[in-house]
Amino acid sequence: MSSIGSGYDLSAGQFSPDGRVFQVEYAIKAVENSGSVIALRGKDGVVFGVEKIITSKLYEEGSNRRVHSIDTHIGAAVAGLLSDARAVINRARDESANYRDTYQVPIPLKSLTERLGKYMHYFTVYGHLRPFGVSILLGTWDETNGPKLMEIDPSGTARGFYGCAVGKGKQNAKTEIEKLDLSNMTCKELVKEVAKVIYSVHDEVKDKHFELELSWIGKETGGTHQIVPQDIFNEAKTYAEEALNDSDDEDTDM
Amino acid sequence: MSLCQNDIAYDAPEWLTGEHMTGTTIMAVEFADGVVFGADSRTSTGTYVANRVTDKLTQVSDKIYCCRSGSAADTQAIADYVKLYLDLQENETNEDPTVEVASRVFQMLCYQNRDMLSASIICAGWDKNKGGQVYCLPLGGMCVRMPFAIGGSGSTYIYGHCDNTYKEGMTEEQCLKFVADAVALAMHRDGSSGGMIRLAVLTKDGCKRLNIPGNQLPTFWSK
Repeated sequence: MSSIGSGYDLSAGQFSPDGRVFQVEYAIKAVENSGSVIALRGKDGVVFGVEKIITSKLYEEGSNRRVHSIDTHIGAAVAGLLSDARAVINRARDESANYRDTYQVPIPLKSLTERLGKYMHYFTVYGHLRPFGVSILLGTWDETNGPKLMEIDPSGTARGFYGCAVGKGKQNAKTEIEKLDLSNMTCKELVKEVAKVIYSVHDEVKDKHFELELSWIGKETGGTHQIVPQDIFNEAKTYAEEALNDSDDEDTDM
Repeated sequence: MSLCQNDIAYDAPEWLTGEHMTGTTIMAVEFADGVVFGADSRTSTGTYVANRVTDKLTQVSDKIYCCRSGSAADTQAIADYVKLYLDLQENETNEDPTVEVASRVFQMLCYQNRDMLSASIICAGWDKNKGGQVYCLPLGGMCVRMPFAIGGSGSTYIYGHCDNTYKEGMTEEQCLKFVADAVALAMHRDGSSGGMIRLAVLTKDGCKRLNIPGNQLPTFWSK
């Protein structure tokens, strides 16, 4: 009992004497061990980018995806335990289908986030449950309300963002993102920047291989969440690789 | 309904057994700042006038109303359900419901229960996204937005008049006159429409109600 949590970290059902719920903090740790996931909200849409770490060369390309569609008008990118994430995504799909059944219109992102946040929070208050080791980024765009981007963390807290980063490289990614003039950029410009940020925060020493996943929703896609088309994807990837090589050259010059 | 009493066949009169129908004239028009809508005030049970001062303009949210025609019981129940749905949504989203959502919920209820209902509704209201809107929901559960809509048994008499009189870009006053005249004409010809004319103007500032009593209806050549 003399270890870190001293007995208060065994269940989410109890506070520690200084008012913490260790299980939730460990869940947040699980997210921090995951590959970086970022999302940027521009003036005409939201772009998602994922650094999917490949632990074996034998894996088939494109498997274990981390960007998903919740509904036609809502995209999601997840960081953390992938199997936990799938459960959260399933719930999100159920909630958006349920809203459509009831009100005959697509669910507003705010409502979805509130419902999903409530669901994730539920797992942080009972001793017989384990919090989700997942942070989920949700994005949408429509003609009347414009782009919206939100994040839910394992505690069930939801926040709105202009640009958001979770996972391993989140600190570095955030400093990169803060340099951008987000609210004046279009999706097409943002795709390149997202790829660049993902490439720049990737740590080649710790994780050798990774696969870049890009998806977007906005004016460009007519309000539908889509995987970024191959030609634009390649363009963004080349841009990111070149930017990375340039900065490496600068480093060696010095 | 047929009851046998002392071997004498007895048919209860229709005014006792019949369903209350809003054999009706209802109407709604979009204009720049909102909508104008109106209705007659007769509720009949067969040929018996059960209520001569009915209010067929029913509120379902702050700035969304519906004009009811068909079975009084069915349309009241539907309006109550829509009210419930819109309240729930308003509570969840903290925003005023849109006329589009209201009309889609009307449509859902009318379509899913189309075998049991006799309800024909005009949904009219104002929201910040699209301004004044009129949606027409006839018998089978269809829903379509229109610049103006007429409905109920009386409407069949005034289709030609409305098509001839309606102009795009009418002012509030012009719309009020258009609705009052059309409803008066329908009430004149249709036996199941009558009583008084109930009118309403709905804009971003809310709803303004007007009544034209039965002895002050607009008159035409026949006086």
